Amino acid sequence: MSGPAFRESTPRLTLDCEGLLCPLPVYKAGLALSRMSPGDLLELVSTDPGSLADVPAMARQRGDHLRSVVTEGDRHVFLLEKGPAR
Amino acid sequence: MIAEDDAVPTDPSAPRRLALVASKGTLDQAYPPLILATTAASLGWEAGIYFTFYGLDIIHRERLEKLKVASLANPAGPIRLPNLIGALPGATLGATAMMKKWMSNAAMPTVPEFIEMASGLGVRFFACATTMGVMGVTAGDLIDGCDIAGAAAFLDYAATADVQLFV
Repeated sequence: MSGPAFRESTPRLTLDCEGLLCPLPVYKAGLALSRMSPGDLLELVSTDPGSLADVPAMARQRGDHLRSVVTEGDRHVFLLEKGPAR
Repeated sequence: MIAEDDAVPTDPSAPRRLALVASKGTLDQAYPPLILATTAASLGWEAGIYFTFYGLDIIHRERLEKLKVASLANPAGPIRLPNLIGALPGATLGATAMMKKWMSNAAMPTVPEFIEMASGLGVRFFACATTMGVMGVTAGDLIDGCDIAGAAAFLDYAATADVQLFV
């Protein structure tokens, strides 16, 4: 899932979904991604174990790209890149 | 033999579609269709819920605020009581209060909040016309934005859905 290096100037939004359960991380990420432009980055932080399966599925269904997942303890940090407009 | 007119044209670029039937009017059973529809819409899908029979209470202006969890014949409910005890006055209110506390402790939205979220994402709410007639529910009793529909209209919507589920 490693993608190209992103420029410092690439717009990046962080969404803290710690403590939230399904469907809230996907709901909040969907809202945020809908307002972003293709190529923009969204960093989603979640503690819901289900999000390890849900976030890749969301990216696949929406046509966005999951660039990386970093897990530290029960905290998962997803880096999503907004896909092309459909 | 299928006539040519019966072929449903499918646009490959059309978004996926979820068609749900919500047939139960308890607090616990209001959540699954609302969660699934909200998620589908968050994925960029079209989503519609057909509220039928007791499920109609979920989009009833007054009743949606008063949905309850059954304490009787609900062995997996929030309060696990023998049926004889579950039938006592107050048991349903106790089970309902406990479910609401669970949801609130888990930072889960309430049913009215989920309806707001789903509606904001464009989820369509279909109200079963037959249920309305049988139970004496009028259009004015329902939350704004519902489409009153019979089975044929819902099946027409569901015919091109990629996922159809009965809850």
